[in-house]
Formats: sequence, structure tokens, C-alpha cells
Amino acid sequence: MSGFDIGRLVNFLSQRWETILSLTGQHIAVVAISLVIAMVFGIGLGIVVWNKPVSRSVTVTAAAIAITIPSLALLAILSPILGLGWGPTVVALVFYSLLPIIRNTVVGFREVPRDVLEAARGTGMSATQVIFSTQLPIAWPVILAGVRVAAQLTIGIAAIAAYVAGPGLGQYIFLGLSSLGSVNALNYALVGTVAVVILALLVDGAFVLITRYTTSEGLRV
Amino acid sequence: MSESTPTGILSTIAGAARGVSLELESVRKTYDGQASAAVDDFTMRIEPGELVMLVGPSGCGKTTTMKMINRIIEPTSGSIRLAGEDILSIDPDQLRRHIGYVIQQIGLFPHRTIAQNIATVPKLLGWSKGKIASRIEELMTTVELDPGVFANRYPRQLSGGQQQRAGVARALAADPPVMLMDEPFGATDPITREKLQAEFLRLQAVIGKTIIFVTHDFDEAIRLGDRIAVLSDRSHIEQFDTPANILANPANEYVESFIGLGAALKRLVLIPISRAHYDKEVPGAPSIEVSGSLRDALDLLVLTGASAVNVCDEKGRTVGSLSHATVSGALRAERQDEESV
Repeated sequence: MSGFDIGRLVNFLSQRWETILSLTGQHIAVVAISLVIAMVFGIGLGIVVWNKPVSRSVTVTAAAIAITIPSLALLAILSPILGLGWGPTVVALVFYSLLPIIRNTVVGFREVPRDVLEAARGTGMSATQVIFSTQLPIAWPVILAGVRVAAQLTIGIAAIAAYVAGPGLGQYIFLGLSSLGSVNALNYALVGTVAVVILALLVDGAFVLITRYTTSEGLRV
Repeated sequence: MSESTPTGILSTIAGAARGVSLELESVRKTYDGQASAAVDDFTMRIEPGELVMLVGPSGCGKTTTMKMINRIIEPTSGSIRLAGEDILSIDPDQLRRHIGYVIQQIGLFPHRTIAQNIATVPKLLGWSKGKIASRIEELMTTVELDPGVFANRYPRQLSGGQQQRAGVARALAADPPVMLMDEPFGATDPITREKLQAEFLRLQAVIGKTIIFVTHDFDEAIRLGDRIAVLSDRSHIEQFDTPANILANPANEYVESFIGLGAALKRLVLIPISRAHYDKEVPGAPSIEVSGSLRDALDLLVLTGASAVNVCDEKGRTVGSLSHATVSGALRAERQDEESV
């Protein structure tokens, strides 16, 4: 295996920066799409089960078990059904995002003070109005914290989806692994990995801002 | 969210500027899986603009009784009529927009400003923006929260007493003819509570709502109520009368035990100084304003150790004096008046 050479890395970057940017863009896109889908299902499911003890524990436990399935194994199971590329990747990422989102939706809804709910009903809001004008906005920071965890999780897992020809920076990591011993093997793996880490940090920072601007000032501690 | 136009009863209630009558007849609530009823055969008629206190120990069913009126709790049987019309036949959400509701924990929406909190029901009723804005301003002034200072604040930025005022303003927003108040001042400190009670009485004198007020504090019931219903287990009415009559003639031992010690002192709160027959002015004695109650006069007598206190009118002129003997004389006279009625 060839050793690390900074000159070669700079050369590598200057030749491939367009590809690296495009892979980063794909990575962001696949994570964003998956998160949006997972939010629709996860928050919806959380709203349905949060005050039903049996369905709530079944749902949260099922999601908790699901998340223990190794991502590589899940992708291997999904690809015969969904083929290669974006399909199995998005499904897998949605799958792993569900647990933190469902769990935090349930926790957030349960933390809405009972007296606030009673006051909401007492003003004559319908059940739907109570959900959308009272429960969801009050639970929002907690739900968003779940989405943030899901984002970190899926940015990492998306890299592994290159195994089923999924989009994103994982392609460089796998390229590095499969070409071990070649001149640029280490550069491929290194660039892929470091880019994923940087992306994760930037997205986390973005979530701090998103939380700040979408949470009512009245809920800030 | 479709807004169905208010039908019959709702338009009657919505159109009432002042209070309307409220009747509960044989109302019963039995919870699933419980042998005995939480509220058993509760019947009461409340006149328009009357402030009725439901007082009883915790767990006696007073809160359950009240919550059946806006159907936060559905009665098992019986009928409830507002302005003579049955409320159990209409949509509960529509009904609640016309009944003010104040709870002990206040329950302000933490994610909304005070102005937005107060606007809740007017928005549900589809008022115009301009009408809502002027109503918010009017109400905040009424409950003594400066709109310029507090309108855009969030509940967590207010003290307990200010939050409770905002809660009352929210309940009054759409000018409902009926208000339900569940120990609204229970969680505030004694000084704030006394202030809120005084403000509330002043407010009620102006707005004249029909009010059901639940409390476990008998002194609060005496201070605020036009009539008091003393309740025992399963919301059974032990006595339903004016504060003065309950203090003078408790119906049974239960009511007596609820009044507790010092019934005479409590009655003095209800008798204005002007009702007593004054003695001659006593030079050098401490003085008290005529606007107070005999309880205030007695308080001053005990506090100063003087044998008499001078009574002065609004302009500060002394009109006579009170001693222990005249205070108890006034109490006896009041009692005879009531008994002869």
C-alpha cells in the first residue's frame, strides 16, 4: 500500500473537485429527501400513537429493533427488491430515520402541559386545531431534535449505500476500498470520509439555525 | 375547518351582551368502571348575571360539575340549559367558543404572545383583524395589563398574577355570557390573590356575566359570591344561599364545619361600617374610613387596643365612633334582620 503523500492529495483534489462537489450534492439530496419522507411518516405515526399506551410501546419498540439491523445487511435485502441506486438508499435511510423522529414526536407531545391542552379545548378548538395550533408547535423543538439525530445517522449510513450503487460520497470510500494498493486508494477513502464528516458538522450547524428560526420565542429557555 | 353558522341557541347565547340564565337538572356523571356517581342528581338554577360559588372539599365533584357545563366532561344523564335551551344537543366546540373558561393552572399557550392568546376565540369565530386588535387592546386595559408593554410578550415573561389576568382576558375575549372559573386564583400568593379578587369583583360589577366559580376556600366564596353552594360528596348540595344567610343560619353540621371557627368574624366582612349605629366622636382615637367593613373596624380596635375608633367619611370628616359594643350590636341587628325576612 502506498503511503500518504500531501502533494499527491492536493493534485487529487485539484483534478477531481468537480466530482467531489457533485457527490456531496447527491449526498445532501438523498439525506434531505429521506428526512422529509421520514418526517411525514414519523411525525404522523407519533401523533397517532402518542396517547395510546399499547400502540405507542409497540411502535417505539418496533422502530428501536429496526434500527439494530446492520445497514449493510438491510441494503443487501433491499437491493434484490428495489434494484440499485437511489431506490434502496432512500428506503434504508427513511427506515433508520423513523426511530428518532417517532420517539421524539411521542415525547414532545407528551410534554405538552395538560392544562394547556385543556385550555385549548376549552376555547372551542376542534381536535385537529388543537394538534396543529397547540400540540405541534409546542412539541416542535423536541421533534426537531429527533430529526437532527436522524440527519446525523443518515449522513453516515448514506455513505454505506454506495454498496448498492447509491448516490453520494460513499462511492469514493468504496472506490478506495476496492482499489487498495493503487496510487490513489488512500486519497479516495480519505476524501470520502473527511467530506462526510465535514458535511455532518455543517448539517448539525444548520439544524441549530433551523431550530432557532422555527421555534416560538416563547418556548426558548 | 368549516365554520357552521350558529344555529338557534348559539345565536341566542352569542347575542347576549350580559349574562344568561343557566339551569342544571338532575345532572349525573358516572365514570366507566366506577360504582358510585361522581356527580349525583345535581339540580340548580342560576339567574342571569349571578356569580355562584361552588365550594366543597377536594374530590367532592365540584370541578366535574362545572366542567359538564362546557362539556369538557360529558354528563351521563340529565339536562343543562343555557338561556332556556338545551346545550347537550349542539356541537361542543361551537358551544365552548361562547363560554369563558379559566382554570387554576391558567394554561396560556406558551408559544403565543399575550395578544395572540387573547385572540384565540375571536379568531376561531372568524372576527376581522381590526375588530380583534381593538378587542385585545380593550381587554388588556380592562384587566390592567398595559397593551404597550405586554401585548407582544410571551407567557413565561409574565408573573403569576399577570398570567392569571391574561387568562381572564382570554376567557372574556369573545364576550361570552357565561364564565366558568376553576379555582382561578388558587395558585397565586395571598397578596396577589386578594388583589385579583378585588379586581375581579370590580370587573364583574361592570360586565355582569353569569359565573360559576369553583373554590375550596370558603373565605373566597364569601368574599366573591352572590350565592354559595356548599357541596359534599358526589356534588350533593348541602346548602345554596347567600353568604350572609349561610353564615347566619348554616343548614346542618356539615355546613357549620365548613364555615369553621369565626363565623361571626366572617360575617363582619360582609357588613359595611355605615350599617352600624355610631357613638359620639372620641377625641384622640384612631380613625377609619366609612367605606370599610366592620371587620376592618374590629381589626383596628384589636390592633391599637383603643376602646373606640372614629369613623370618617370620604371627605375626612369624623361622623362618629365605633366600640366593641357597637360592632357586636350591629352584628346582632343584622342577624335579626335576616331572621325576620
